[in-house]
Amino acid sequence: MTAALDHDRHQAQHALAEALRAILPATAVLASDESLRPYECDGLSAYRQLPLAVVLPETVEQVQAILRLCHARMIPVVARGAGTGLSGGALPHADGVLLSLARFNKILSIDPEQRIARVQPGVRNLAISEATKPYGLYYAPDPSSQIACSIGGNVAENSGGVHCLKYGLTVHNILRVEMLTLDGELLTLGSEALDSAGYDLLALITGSEGMLGVITEITVRLLPIPERAQVVLAAFDAIEKAGQAVGDIIGAGVIPAGLEMMDRLAIRAAEDFVHAGYPECEAILLCELDGTNEEVSQHILQVRELLLAAGAIEVRTERDEAERLRFWKGRKAAFPAVGRLSPDYYCMDGTIPRRHLPQVLKRIGELSREYHLPVANVFHAGDGNLHPLILYDANKPGELERTEAFGGKILELCVAVGGTITGEHGVGMEKIDQMCVQFQAAELQQFHAVKAAFDPDGLLNPGKAVPTLHRCAEFGAMHVHRGQLAHPDLERF
Amino acid sequence: MLTAADIVEQVRAAAARNSALAICAGGSKDFLGRRTQGTPLDVSDLRGIVHYEPTELVITARAGTPLAEIEATLAERGQMLGFEPPHFGPTATLGGTIACGLSGPARPFRGAARDFVLGAKIVNAKGEMLSFGGEVMKNVAGYDVSRLLCGAYGTLGVVLEISLKVLPRPASEITLALELDEGDACARMRDWQRAPLPLSGLCYAGNRLYVRLSGAEQAVGAARRRLGGEVDMRGAAFWEQLREQRGAFFDGGGELWRLSVPPTTHALAVTGQQLIDWGGALRWFKTAQDATRVFAAARAAGGHAMRFRGAADAQQIFQPLPAPLLALHRRLKQAFDPHGMFNPGRMYAEF
Repeated sequence: MTAALDHDRHQAQHALAEALRAILPATAVLASDESLRPYECDGLSAYRQLPLAVVLPETVEQVQAILRLCHARMIPVVARGAGTGLSGGALPHADGVLLSLARFNKILSIDPEQRIARVQPGVRNLAISEATKPYGLYYAPDPSSQIACSIGGNVAENSGGVHCLKYGLTVHNILRVEMLTLDGELLTLGSEALDSAGYDLLALITGSEGMLGVITEITVRLLPIPERAQVVLAAFDAIEKAGQAVGDIIGAGVIPAGLEMMDRLAIRAAEDFVHAGYPECEAILLCELDGTNEEVSQHILQVRELLLAAGAIEVRTERDEAERLRFWKGRKAAFPAVGRLSPDYYCMDGTIPRRHLPQVLKRIGELSREYHLPVANVFHAGDGNLHPLILYDANKPGELERTEAFGGKILELCVAVGGTITGEHGVGMEKIDQMCVQFQAAELQQFHAVKAAFDPDGLLNPGKAVPTLHRCAEFGAMHVHRGQLAHPDLERF
Repeated sequence: MLTAADIVEQVRAAAARNSALAICAGGSKDFLGRRTQGTPLDVSDLRGIVHYEPTELVITARAGTPLAEIEATLAERGQMLGFEPPHFGPTATLGGTIACGLSGPARPFRGAARDFVLGAKIVNAKGEMLSFGGEVMKNVAGYDVSRLLCGAYGTLGVVLEISLKVLPRPASEITLALELDEGDACARMRDWQRAPLPLSGLCYAGNRLYVRLSGAEQAVGAARRRLGGEVDMRGAAFWEQLREQRGAFFDGGGELWRLSVPPTTHALAVTGQQLIDWGGALRWFKTAQDATRVFAAARAAGGHAMRFRGAADAQQIFQPLPAPLLALHRRLKQAFDPHGMFNPGRMYAEF
């Protein structure tokens, strides 16, 4: 049986590779198991799948030809940028083509007068800011993977970063995309102007996780590099006080460029790893202020006072660039630092209304004891985006499953307090079941209708981002949601 | 009092009769866009602020809530709507403001209406109440339907409730005015936007360049010394008039066109008087020129035009869409409203 299936798969793979080689250069088609292996997963390595073939086109015409071929043969297509995503959004489809945009890696133009850059989707996020620095400009969204992640992937996920409370997400910082639909039609969404005629399709495409089209070019908006940036570090003996301080700062009318929180376990891990000089305490806040020289001076004084009034046991203002980098080093190294404490860790990505922080952290602590798995909490405190890191050991039988169950509970907790299951990593494959908790059947159906308007045959990244109602019924998300059962119209089995 | 359930009822009834609905409230923006047919669906009694959390920069209000009430509530806590929406009269509501998606002079510096939309509750054509997005800044679960509703002129559904990100009011704000010719003014607008300055408005009108500076007191003071010019004591009134398209340039009859173009656009092939806002990215024209020419000029510049005021019924108001995009618009409209029930023809004759 298995041998027969293997044989069928091999046949299908062979036929597909032949057809792809007829429209692409030989080096742009991979179809042997060894050559496919590097593409079997993205940044979420717990999920792995080999596609039938990987294609590495270099021109829009080649992408068009691939999509038309796949459309004609009804073969699923999964687009992939740098493969750094954390939700399995670029996980290949077993019967599909993985479309890598890695060779779309050119910055096409920089216009400093208009403050825009036209880039191909495979360009790395940080490469844009590096290229525009000589003009005194930069691209604001800075996901933690910015050294490696691609701008195309950023658009697909609507990536955020440390600075998005003040500077917004990807959706706020792009002006235009060129996109191919599955039938090979090239669409321009947005423009170099600040708005466009018709529906805001640019907003709809941003964060659509490769479900609606394949992006082949992006025009990003650039900002002037701030004159000055300075960080204040505050230590607290209770996480509630740190949470309160965040509200006090924002309520006082100061919007920090970055506002990050770490709990005791995350602090200790970071300290052991990079020796950032963090104090021993229950929570630290890192508050970065940027703007003109005068503005930063004024805000630093104001923020120091607010932090002390909120009960900070220690407040340090960075004295020089070296100290600023050291303050940030611990936060930026938090994930790998936590990784040293345990063979594996699982990063969650819920967002909550910040006023519920103490109760959510308390409940996460309880769950941690129930599941016998430690958690370190790193938090984009300014915008309520929580990254609990669950420590586990994949080699211990059952521990990954227990971790996923624990993670699922955390996400459901985020929904219960009025938040969301994903702030910036996307739903992908990972959180597909929790979508059944966050959305009602009618809302999921509306999403499917939107997808069908772009991709009626459902061939782009099938099975990701939006669950079928059938899947939700199987998942058994029979939660009481806004006073009603999630899927009253479905049979239960 | 009108409730969301009443709206659901009315939508279901209209669907059963197969009749169109013209969603309305204060009527302040009736002059925008194309005329629509259908039974009026008045949502002005669906009002009230549902939730406001100043320390989290978020407000949620029902669609019929007067815009003025929202702004007054925010002002009490030293906050504001960052996109500086036009009102077009005291009856303006939040729902209409988001449906039309217009933003004021601060748009290039603080963002557009859609940038501040965090979530929305709507009724679709099946009479189902749907909720998208939420009250948090970062939320990537599901497609971003709430932002799609912004600027859709009510053609995708009846908006019941909207959550918006709000901003602190700047501690200090001044307006500078400089007497300059157009070339000089454009050059300065271009250069200043490349510099880290606390700008919140850049408009060239009647041979004067108006510069609004907002932020921490010392930052505004330093920028003022750097940019020169004189402080215009009537600055606040100037920006308010500009936001509402009132004042010397705008008053009077005739056609008023809004052209949204790349900010460094030089000469546009449009005749008539021009006012430049958004640091160069928004051009207002008073012109009697043929519409096809204005649309062509906007397209040639890489932007789009909208006949803002003074159009006769049934005329093209918005920039014609290229065929593949128009087809996509129709499919998307059908995804929400398969029988064309909501505000048919309000944006384009085709949907």
